[in-house]
Amino acid sequence: MAEQVKVVKGPGGRGQRGMPRPKIENPGKLFMRLMSYVFRKYAIHMILVVICIVLSVIANVQGTMFTKSLIDTYITPMIGQTNPDYSPLAHAIMRVVLFYALGVLAAFVQARLMIYVGQGTLKDLRQELFTHMESLPIKYFDTHAHGDIMSIYTNDIDTLRQMISQSIPQLLNSAITIVSVFVSMIVLSVPLTIVTVIMVALMLFVSAKATGASGKNFVAQQKNIGELNGYIEEMMTGQKVVKVFCHEEKAIERFDELNEMLYQSAFKANTYSNILGPINTQLGNLSYVVCAIFGGALALNSYFGFTVGGLASFLTFNKSFSMPINQVSMQFNSIIMALAGADRIFKLLDEQPETDDGYVMLVNAKEENGEIVESNEFTGHWAWKHYHKAEGTTTYQPMEGDVTFNDVDFGYSDDKMVLHNIVLHALPGQKVALVGSTGAGKTTITNLINRFYDIQDGKIRYDNININKIKKEDLRRSLGMVLQDTHLFTGTVAENIRYGKLDATDEEVVAAAKLANADGFIKRLPNGYDTMLTGDGANLSQGQRQLLAIARAAIANPPVLILDEATSSIDTRTEKIVQDGMDKLMHGRTTFVIAHRLSTVKNSDCIVVLEQGRIVEMGTHDELMELKKRYYQLYTGNKPEMVSA
Amino acid sequence: MIKKILRELNEFKLPSVLTPICMIGEVIAEMIIPILMGNIVDKGINGGSLDYIIRTGLIMILVALFGLLAGLGGAYFGAKASTGLARNLRKKMFDNIQTFSFSNIDKFSSSGLVTRLTTDVTNIQNSYQMILRMAMRAPASMIIAMVMSFIISPRLASIYLLAVFFLALVMLFIMKTAGKYFKEVFEKYDRLNESVQENVSAIRVVKAYVREEYENNKFKIAALNIYEMFVKAEKTVTLVSPIMMGTVYACILLISWFGAHMIVSNELTTGAMMSLLTYCMNILMSLMMLSMIFVMITMSEASARRIAEVIDEKTSLGNPKKPVMEVKDGSIRFDHASFSYNKDSKDPVLKDINVDIKAGETVGIIGGTGTGKSSLVNLISRLYDVTSGAVYVGGVDVREYDMDTLRQQVSVVLQKNVLFSGTIYENLRWGDENATDEEVQRACKLACADEFIEKMPDGYNTYIEQGGTNVSGGQRQRLCIARALLKKPKILILDDSTSAVDTATDAKIRKAFAEEIPGTTKIIIAQRISSVQDCDRIIVMEDGRVNGFGSHEELLENNQIYREVYESQVGASGDADFDEKE
Repeated sequence: MAEQVKVVKGPGGRGQRGMPRPKIENPGKLFMRLMSYVFRKYAIHMILVVICIVLSVIANVQGTMFTKSLIDTYITPMIGQTNPDYSPLAHAIMRVVLFYALGVLAAFVQARLMIYVGQGTLKDLRQELFTHMESLPIKYFDTHAHGDIMSIYTNDIDTLRQMISQSIPQLLNSAITIVSVFVSMIVLSVPLTIVTVIMVALMLFVSAKATGASGKNFVAQQKNIGELNGYIEEMMTGQKVVKVFCHEEKAIERFDELNEMLYQSAFKANTYSNILGPINTQLGNLSYVVCAIFGGALALNSYFGFTVGGLASFLTFNKSFSMPINQVSMQFNSIIMALAGADRIFKLLDEQPETDDGYVMLVNAKEENGEIVESNEFTGHWAWKHYHKAEGTTTYQPMEGDVTFNDVDFGYSDDKMVLHNIVLHALPGQKVALVGSTGAGKTTITNLINRFYDIQDGKIRYDNININKIKKEDLRRSLGMVLQDTHLFTGTVAENIRYGKLDATDEEVVAAAKLANADGFIKRLPNGYDTMLTGDGANLSQGQRQLLAIARAAIANPPVLILDEATSSIDTRTEKIVQDGMDKLMHGRTTFVIAHRLSTVKNSDCIVVLEQGRIVEMGTHDELMELKKRYYQLYTGNKPEMVSA
Repeated sequence: MIKKILRELNEFKLPSVLTPICMIGEVIAEMIIPILMGNIVDKGINGGSLDYIIRTGLIMILVALFGLLAGLGGAYFGAKASTGLARNLRKKMFDNIQTFSFSNIDKFSSSGLVTRLTTDVTNIQNSYQMILRMAMRAPASMIIAMVMSFIISPRLASIYLLAVFFLALVMLFIMKTAGKYFKEVFEKYDRLNESVQENVSAIRVVKAYVREEYENNKFKIAALNIYEMFVKAEKTVTLVSPIMMGTVYACILLISWFGAHMIVSNELTTGAMMSLLTYCMNILMSLMMLSMIFVMITMSEASARRIAEVIDEKTSLGNPKKPVMEVKDGSIRFDHASFSYNKDSKDPVLKDINVDIKAGETVGIIGGTGTGKSSLVNLISRLYDVTSGAVYVGGVDVREYDMDTLRQQVSVVLQKNVLFSGTIYENLRWGDENATDEEVQRACKLACADEFIEKMPDGYNTYIEQGGTNVSGGQRQRLCIARALLKKPKILILDDSTSAVDTATDAKIRKAFAEEIPGTTKIIIAQRISSVQDCDRIIVMEDGRVNGFGSHEELLENNQIYREVYESQVGASGDADFDEKE
């Protein structure tokens, strides 16, 4: 598999992890797309949220107005009275209590609603991401670092959560406040409003400058984080080797360098984003002073009909105008970060899923009066259900397991072919062994049969049907695979075996385990078949994991098998018993084996010797031995009599 | 735990102290400015004095400048202290990990260590910065506001005291419940991400078995669970802000009511009451910040704990007090050695091993999966310590050696071996950093790696990708052998290190060993009889015990296991998975 990755990635592969994250192309569009996700399902929620925000702003304004009128309207008249009447004040307070209660309620409802909006959107996004990811072709996974895919689920979703549940309500709140205050200011005094707006523009300009500087440093920080994390990952994976070679000090040396670099850039990035707050606050104060002096000059000279009382009110508005703008600029950084995350999320969602134009289906079949008919039950016999559009008829053809490669060319990218003119014919029930050096194309051939990758030229036929016409699901269901790297899932041993056939009974699971010779070690596990496996079966040995993978393939009971170096790390004694089980499993099925040892190859019906993507020899063991070329050389360890090309 | 983290501050103690001081400066400016603003309105505007407005305005600008300076200082020192702490924490952990023994590493797992060094440190950095910049500021502003209120009117200010007390209680309760929920959620969340990880790496299995739908459903349910738990946890938190708002509103109203009475009876001036109301807002803001700090602390608590675990982990293998600094020869003796990875395990991995290997001898080890082959050789270079009994190298108990000395002389090619990103030269010089080009090339020749290296476009300067993904399995194994050879060890251990190398090359490597390094004790673990049959003696392992120990011929004669394995393998001397055209 390694060679595939390399081929696709090309020379630029190294250090990609450390590259600075790309700039966001179109933040506005991205933001709108994100919002459309939020509004798609939560439009009503969002409308209610806006109403709640308006209500709490009103409650807040009412409260502020009350404190202003408190002294003038209610208290001052009572001063000096011998028997003051508190009832007007009591009424006013009662009224404000109502407003306040409304405000508190609105705040509460808003917060509650935002939980559903925020978490709900994230849930939908997660589910959509995952479902979409599962539909992507293998190529996507071979060409993208798994760590990068993972960070979409962890980092990017997390920053998005912050943005949706905090930044957005904050933004809405600020926006509403800004608009209402702005309108009030214009009503009070146009010239002073212009002064305020100029000051705000200055604030925004400074913010933009600081954000820009901070952004540049954030990119540098991101790059250094990437480098350091890459190094940490490499060292932690190879920690045992570091120990064995007493290489600890060297490891620390390089770590210190990278660590220092990250510290420097992180320090700068953080400083720049920190200074934004204080600068804006003080600019806000400056704006207040300028307005006071300018307004004072206006009011005292009664220009524009501006009154002293008006100025006092205006100054309050000036203060409540710069506050929300401050808040918006504080949120700016986190919004940019979240948008960068959203960008990566949408990139994944925009990836083309695996296409499937196949229409030939694999169905259970039985024979009635010499004709093949479809059956709803498991019959042990399979048939291809072929619908002919031209005639509108449906034919059934027994599934036999005949596989032909007809002059197949293939490359992971169009400009570099890795397989050339592959011609191959496996008759039903035959065992075909693929032999050749690493990179000769053995694994690649098996990747083509199940259409993990599509061929560039030529045809692959399955029971004489072009595999492009077969529905991918059905094609893959008909092929059992034991892959080079064994992957197990978190769950019990039994669940892992059952992965091959979800409705398998316990007896079937045990039978499959027995066939793969896994029953013995499973029984010795602490909880037998119910032992939990975690972290890709980390608590099992490589050999045991492979035995489970074989059992998993066995339970699926597929008509065609692909065994990709299945026995490479099972010890010889176990291997022999596994081999017996495999032979039983292979009986009557077409099997492609990428064998590790020639002992498993010898009894093959056809041995295919590959070299640099081409078939150089093909035939039975005896035939190839007779040929005295490449296979002969391999088998005997002797030099060939005739030098192969 | 938090103490342990803070102990790593070192040179960043000063900025850690300066940050809150600066923040207090900013708070002071923040407290003065409203008074000045009030004066501008009261005396300047209402008093009709433009002069006063300009004078006070200038003072206000000065105070704002002071506030700006303090704010910038806080920003600078805060960034310095927090990123510096992060740097020191990473270093401390990394340094300590380098002292870890194999069993320490097993305990944490490499991915666990990566998370602690990356995500957890970032969490701490963020919350430390937050705490530094807010933690002093919030209480300071609250205390100042409180003191001022008490000066104005102790009776009215006691309302605040009650409110703060009430809020603190409520907050504590909410945080505690929420903290519990959040802990649960994050654990579940981790598991959700693990399952994504699993799907990404096992995508071929998923697709091969057409289990996309199945996985989708599994994930959907898990995502829904997370959603429900998050909603539950956040619901408790959303109570905070309405309760706080309610309390503050209640305070304002109470002050208005009682204040009005006091003003009327001449116990309070109207200006003083306005100030009281302003301070009320200050107290509210401070409380909000305090509650945010609380959340930050709870959220980073788990990270702090995980980091502290790594910092505190003591290596399970230490150097002895008076270490032996020289390995005399390559003889090995196991004396009633037993071993288990887990101290409480009833069934040890190795049971009562008694084996005597002479210096310069070549010994093969063969046996089934899980019979203890690797565990046996891991004891020789003291990668693990025996549970009972002893292992002697050069006649000295391995526990008495200086560990570096021992490991320099006992070179192991591990079963799960890795190359590091860097050129072939750089990789091989792990064995001996002063090795000349010629020495490296000679080692490669011995390991039969020279041929393929020379065929590469950049030869020995070829860049190896992380994890060695751009060389084949067999090539990787040969490079690892060459790397081990460069140590010029007295004992060389190959733990199934030629499994991906074809038989002919395998034989060639062994032949080179016999001819070129005859004095080195060689231990070869293998699956193939052909890899061990010409060894001086062969150990047959079975269920953690030595089942047979003798030459190929002797074992064929009297060891049933060995005979079985041999018979299963004869007739197929070749290997299908050869590496490249020879």
